[in-house]
Amino acid sequence: MSMGMHAMRAAAPVGKSHDARGTTRRLVARLGPERWRLALALLLGAASVGFVVSGPQILGSATNVLFDGVVSKRLPSGVTQAQAIAQLRASGHTQLASMLQGMRLTPGAGVDITRMGQLLGVAALVYLVGSLFNYLQGFTMAGVTQRVVFTMRRDVEAKMARLPLRYFDAHSHGDVLSRVTNDIDNITTTIQQGLSQLLTSALTIAGVLGMMVWISPLLAVVSVVTIPLALVVTMGIAKRSQRHFTRQWRSTGSLNGLVEETHTGHELVQVFGRSDAVIQEFDAHNRALFDASFRAQFLSGVIQPSMQFISNINYVAIAVLGGYRVASGLLSLGAVTAFIQYSRQFTMPITQIASQMNMLQSGVASAERVFEFLDADEEAPDAAATLTLPAPSDEVASVSLRHVHFRYDPEEPLIEDFNLEVPQGATIAIVGPTGAGKTTVVNLLVRFYEIDSGSIELSGVDYRDLTREQVRRMFGMVLQDTWMFSGSIRDNIRYGRPEASDEEVVAAAREARVDSFVRTLPDGYDTVLDEDASNLSAGQKQLLTIARAFLADQSILILDEATSNVDTRTEVLIQEAMASLRRGRTSFVIAHRLSTIRDADTIIVMDAGRVVEQGSHDELMSAQGVYFSLYNSQFSGAAT
Amino acid sequence: MTLLRLLGSFLRPYRRATSLLVVLLVAQTAGNLYLPNLNGDIINGGVVAGNLHYIIHTGEWMLALTLVIGLFSIAGIYWASRVAMGMGADIRSSVFTAVQGFSTRDMNAIGTASLITRNTNDVQQIQIFVQMALTMMVVAPIMGLGGVAMALHEGARLSTLLLVALPVMGAFLGVVMAKVIPKFRSMQVKIDRLNEVLREQITGVRVIRAFVRTDFEATRFAAANQDLTDTALSVNRTFAMMLPVMMVILNLSSVAVVWFGGRLVSEGAMPIGNLTAFLTYIMQILLSVMMAVMVAILVPRAAASAERLSEVLATSPVITEPATPVEVVTHTGEIRFEDVSFAYPGSERPVLEGLNFTLMAHATSAIIGGTGSGKSTLVNLIPRFFEVTSGRVLVNQVDVRDQSLQRLWGSLGIVPQSAYLFSGTVASNLRFGREDATDEELWRALDVAQASDFVASMPGGLEAPIDQGGTNVSGGQRQRLCIARALVKRADAYLLDDCFSALDANTDARLRLALKSGIGDAAVVIVAQRVSTIMDADQIIVLEAGRVVGVGRHEELVTSCPTYREIVISQLGEEAVR
Repeated sequence: MSMGMHAMRAAAPVGKSHDARGTTRRLVARLGPERWRLALALLLGAASVGFVVSGPQILGSATNVLFDGVVSKRLPSGVTQAQAIAQLRASGHTQLASMLQGMRLTPGAGVDITRMGQLLGVAALVYLVGSLFNYLQGFTMAGVTQRVVFTMRRDVEAKMARLPLRYFDAHSHGDVLSRVTNDIDNITTTIQQGLSQLLTSALTIAGVLGMMVWISPLLAVVSVVTIPLALVVTMGIAKRSQRHFTRQWRSTGSLNGLVEETHTGHELVQVFGRSDAVIQEFDAHNRALFDASFRAQFLSGVIQPSMQFISNINYVAIAVLGGYRVASGLLSLGAVTAFIQYSRQFTMPITQIASQMNMLQSGVASAERVFEFLDADEEAPDAAATLTLPAPSDEVASVSLRHVHFRYDPEEPLIEDFNLEVPQGATIAIVGPTGAGKTTVVNLLVRFYEIDSGSIELSGVDYRDLTREQVRRMFGMVLQDTWMFSGSIRDNIRYGRPEASDEEVVAAAREARVDSFVRTLPDGYDTVLDEDASNLSAGQKQLLTIARAFLADQSILILDEATSNVDTRTEVLIQEAMASLRRGRTSFVIAHRLSTIRDADTIIVMDAGRVVEQGSHDELMSAQGVYFSLYNSQFSGAAT
Repeated sequence: MTLLRLLGSFLRPYRRATSLLVVLLVAQTAGNLYLPNLNGDIINGGVVAGNLHYIIHTGEWMLALTLVIGLFSIAGIYWASRVAMGMGADIRSSVFTAVQGFSTRDMNAIGTASLITRNTNDVQQIQIFVQMALTMMVVAPIMGLGGVAMALHEGARLSTLLLVALPVMGAFLGVVMAKVIPKFRSMQVKIDRLNEVLREQITGVRVIRAFVRTDFEATRFAAANQDLTDTALSVNRTFAMMLPVMMVILNLSSVAVVWFGGRLVSEGAMPIGNLTAFLTYIMQILLSVMMAVMVAILVPRAAASAERLSEVLATSPVITEPATPVEVVTHTGEIRFEDVSFAYPGSERPVLEGLNFTLMAHATSAIIGGTGSGKSTLVNLIPRFFEVTSGRVLVNQVDVRDQSLQRLWGSLGIVPQSAYLFSGTVASNLRFGREDATDEELWRALDVAQASDFVASMPGGLEAPIDQGGTNVSGGQRQRLCIARALVKRADAYLLDDCFSALDANTDARLRLALKSGIGDAAVVIVAQRVSTIMDADQIIVLEAGRVVGVGRHEELVTSCPTYREIVISQLGEEAVR
């Protein structure tokens, strides 16, 4: 039944951080190499804010010139400002008189257009320069962000190469993948948007506040009074909505899980008559998600109008108070206009900081997961390669294991005092039921795992005197896991020996009995395999891995014969190809069919992770032990 | 277009809420538009005239208006969230329910992975769009048009400025979008590429290390990393231009307003208070353009999502219930193929051709053949996962197309090739087909499936947790649990599709033996690769290239069927056929 299994699910990075402070510090430390550029960005940002913020003030001055002109025109010409005010007082217009006191008037003259034009020219220039600086700041920050993320990705990748295989066996691939992809993406967004905007917001608040105080300390105090109010409201709402956001992500996660699961097992759900039950379950999750997301959306949406409301109160307060002060001649009209503009600019960065804090929180949670990955224990470094092995093609390929002890879990005995002498050219078969630990032996041979005690020698040289690379270069492997990278068939066959010529690739394919198949493909050897090589059947993939091992031409072979999903014809091909690959090489065969290994020099029988028997076929048969019964069960039908 | 249709049909239940929302938003925006007007009044009537009383009076009025606006917007947000999230939930539910009725072919046509993203990410895209659109798409035009009207009201001549500012802004945004959107797309491709390399490094860790190719992989990654960084840098640098330029346009517009407006004021063509109000209006107009742009950015993505969702909703299942189902009276488990052929739509060569045989009641039948011989397709025809092209398949002596799907599926116990378990516990998985099965029945099924030993040793036994897909148990254990699951559900016939592959020979043998006695008088159909698994079946059907080339017992076929003989020799050696 055709059921595609979705092997890896990269979960969305959710969850709260445990050590937010420490993680933040480390994240900041990662910005270290960029500190000069960051300083530059800060400087540019400050300059930009400085310019942009002084704009309304200059515009305000221009308005003053205008207002002065309008008022002056109404006054009779030929008198001084003081005389005009005195006249007004005398005629009982005391209020108007005191307002005029705060102005610069030339009675009778109109608006000083030249002066207004000059001021506006300066304002335009100031805005232009401010925006230019703002752009330069953004430009610099983009570089900073991308470089920081680039190195973080590079470090994570480099870390993967240094992690012991134990790590990959112990962690689900989905989780590792999620850390190195989703979490890094999340951090990128955080740094990219959060850092830059946080900087701008903070600078804007400072700049605007400075201008407001400069224009009118009294009005500034009125505005500042609304800040704590704004903060309390924003934080209060954010805290509530955060709870619902968490609930929303959790619900999304469980809903996605359910959808993925039921779709993957679609036919099972149908045949087992579970469709209605599954729809009911889905609806329950869906309702929970609706409830959480509606609340989260509503509450976080309320921030905006609330801030608007506070901002409007502020606006009214300034208009009233400012109007009063202008009327009393204590403040110019331009100053009030400018102040109103500033107060409008003031609430926006505060709202922004609130949302950036949210983003930062989720970024820190992701950073923590990435740092956790970067902190994982690494493989013990290789001993300096004191000894050099002869080139792999030379006739040296004996292996001896002496008193080898190994446990995955220190509490659970696994391989105890294991001894094996493998002369050059010999074939060793490893058999045993599923889960018996046959791959453990492979793991030790190619040093995916290190033995606890004892020794393994390669042509008389102890493993500990060799680098892992030296060891692995001696081994050719055909594993059950027919992994291919996304690239051409040619490059995949060449994987073990990149310098091989095209002719050698074809020769290896021919020996692996896969040449004729490759030629039926439209692009032949240049056919590009997609991820998971899903355009090939299991058997074809297996044959390609054999060709890969052929070309790598190592003197010791490890062959995993698992061919469970392969049709019988292909299986014959695989058996033949493996047999010819084995010729003249020392080989370890993980056998599933006992018929193919009868003539192995030594058969190792494993059960429950341990070596239980060891000997030739005849020896083991006469011992009438585990091997004997395994053999009989497989051939019992044929015997009748 | 598809987006509009989808929104149209799913917004219908929310018609009243949406109309209410529009009213609220219009009121709110009108209030916001009127506010600067009051401020202008304060200056004209209060400040210029030196009338303090007027200032305070208008101030109170402004405060009241502000409060009303605030309440209206909160109510607006409430209904917008409700509609957007409610509609999202409705779409999810419709899509999920639709998929439940899909046949295997419908599933394959779209793909499981794609269906999952459609029901999660795509719905989310629509939700975000609706939420934004409901507020901004209403507010932006009202604010824009209202702003223009008010601006005209305050100073018609000054409004000509808008004829310059708006096209400049529009042109700039257009240019940036045209530049950034393709880059965005290529950035997404590069992110996918980088993640692919990483995924390969994780899944291929053994091969990479065995072939000592860590350096090669590092180079491959470095190239992808650099490539992505370059593109991301270019995208972000272009974006860095966006806000500063918008701000310059906004700010220069206000400078221009003061300059031209100032001249009007000095000529006495406009009162000075109107100038301040005008400044605010022009800001509002330009802001509304920015808002509209923000929604416009979302449109292409939402449209793509809508198309993908509509495709799912518009799919009518290939396999449907019969109009008048025929009642099945005998429950022997007999399955008969009469002249059955099957071809995938559009393909020239049929996968199965001229099949005529009976999988006998109360007996064990086996199907063997190479990959591509059509074994799995054959099995898929029985539960109607695929539909025959010609001929007919009878289960319990009734054509499967005449049976109600629920009844047909109820009579079959299926163990699929890929052993899939659902998240939950061992027990919840075993009870998948029959919720009221007792613990004793579960243990009995586990006994037959050779699974009771390891289940007993799992912490919690029957209540031991199972991860999604069954990834926390080994492949062999998974297969045995799947067999037990099918056994718990009482069926007339059990279809076991190559589900012994991960079992070692010993367990395989014991399981088959137990199956014989444990399954009662139900029929069993085993599809297998291994001869040893099926040798002792009552009847073996040998398939080759979609045709039956042999039917009989092992001993008969070894001599009479060359294909079978070849298979036996390849697996068991020459002496097995002697």
